[in-house]
Amino acid sequence: MSKPLPVLLPLGAALRPGGQNFRWPRLTAWHGVALTLLLLLTAFAANADDGTAQAGVFSVLVRWTPLLLRGFALNILISFLSMAFGTLFGVLLGLALISPALPLRGPAWAVMQFFRNAPWLVLLFFMIFLIPYHMQVFGQKFTMADWIKAVIGLALPVMANVAEILRGGIASIPPGQWEAGESLGFTRRQQLWLILLPQAFRRMIPPWMNLYAILTTSTSLASIVGVNEVVTLAGQVLAAEGSRPALLAPVYIYVLLMFFIYTYPIAWATRRLERRGQQGS
Amino acid sequence: MTALLSITDLHKRFGPIEVLKGVSLDVGKGEVACIIGPSGSGKSTLIRCVNALVPFEQGSIKVLDIEVNDPKLDRLRLRKHVGMVFQQYNLFPHLNALQNVMLAPVHVLKRPAGEVEAEARALLKKVRLEGKENAYPGELSGGQQQRVAIARSLAMKPDLMLFDEVTAALDPETVGEVLLTIRQLAEEGMTCVLVTHEMGFAREVATEVYFTDRGAIVEHGPPKIFFTAPQDARTKAFLAQIL
Repeated sequence: MSKPLPVLLPLGAALRPGGQNFRWPRLTAWHGVALTLLLLLTAFAANADDGTAQAGVFSVLVRWTPLLLRGFALNILISFLSMAFGTLFGVLLGLALISPALPLRGPAWAVMQFFRNAPWLVLLFFMIFLIPYHMQVFGQKFTMADWIKAVIGLALPVMANVAEILRGGIASIPPGQWEAGESLGFTRRQQLWLILLPQAFRRMIPPWMNLYAILTTSTSLASIVGVNEVVTLAGQVLAAEGSRPALLAPVYIYVLLMFFIYTYPIAWATRRLERRGQQGS
Repeated sequence: MTALLSITDLHKRFGPIEVLKGVSLDVGKGEVACIIGPSGSGKSTLIRCVNALVPFEQGSIKVLDIEVNDPKLDRLRLRKHVGMVFQQYNLFPHLNALQNVMLAPVHVLKRPAGEVEAEARALLKKVRLEGKENAYPGELSGGQQQRVAIARSLAMKPDLMLFDEVTAALDPETVGEVLLTIRQLAEEGMTCVLVTHEMGFAREVATEVYFTDRGAIVEHGPPKIFFTAPQDARTKAFLAQIL
């Protein structure tokens, strides 16, 4: 197996039986407390620094919160759609990966390796510049907004990782299960759908949720290619406030806190599921 | 008596190693063949060849009129006639005992679930697991799991049952209940091939005992003669060690 991307290490470690000892630090409630304290600290520092002539940091944050939240909603929308498409095509790719037919398995493996190891930002750039803004399909004109291209760009690595989660999930089932199915006369397809996949499914859920949390934070990459998501908007907020350097830290920490509030429950649920899975086996 | 299973000059290689070097044996309907021998002598490989879990290069295996060494072998048809029980039970852990027994008849034989369920309950009762229908494999002891596995194989109504060291992974106190079930089957006339280390059981239940060593059958005979008057030096050494 190739070395997984560092950013995906918890995922890779979860799939490798030998990697159980290694525990990537996970999000805990303390991270949220630390972020909040940091926000307060930088905000007070900024207020002290700027004196009384300008608006306080908190009123700035409150004023721009609706806009930032609208931006964050776009992040969540991008993450939802990327995950949905990535999972759909990832399952198909993963089924190809475990096919006994080499003409199917070989290319699937190449596609999986390429998109799993390519930097997400590079894939994003490719999609933004490769997909034309206007497209004509069956005489219908389509406008491809940048955020839709970002969905496609992010769905590609998700697809590759979902495929690998599926392959790893199936591979983690003891070979005796195939043999038992085989000797009872099940076809290979029946063995997969009636015996292997139902067992692998439960093991696949935690790494899949983990992937979603990683994807959500990665949607901020779309700011670099000009999508009006929350990080882009944060930059615009700073500009609108006269680019006061003291605002830089509080505004970005504020955005970070939004991400934390969204991903923390996912990390929590993933941990719970993993623990239950370990007790079950 | 015509042979239900007929193996002729079977050769099997794993890479450069020849694990079966020309094995031949016949098992008639209702007979119980026990295959014994030291580890690595090819016993498990031999019975895995019979239901085509393992491919082989040379020789012939015939189950009823089905030739296993045939590129156009209808595996499904073969496996409807041959049941197999494994050392590690290999029950489906996501299904309860009843569902384990029902899965193959419903999906492989496409029989109506209601009819299959009645039979499955009767089979579980037969292996003395009445009341455990809704238990999942993880909640059952090794011996209970192995009896579910036997019921699961019987649900396909096979003509031949293969047992691959089915008691080797069990706690000593549960070995007896599994052997009792197999003995009942044998007494009902089921044709069985067992790879086993249970000499006492082989002696009582087998109609023919085969001793394998290094990929070949060294000696065989009815248990009374085999165990009391072995001819070959290797058989003598093995029995002396074990009994």
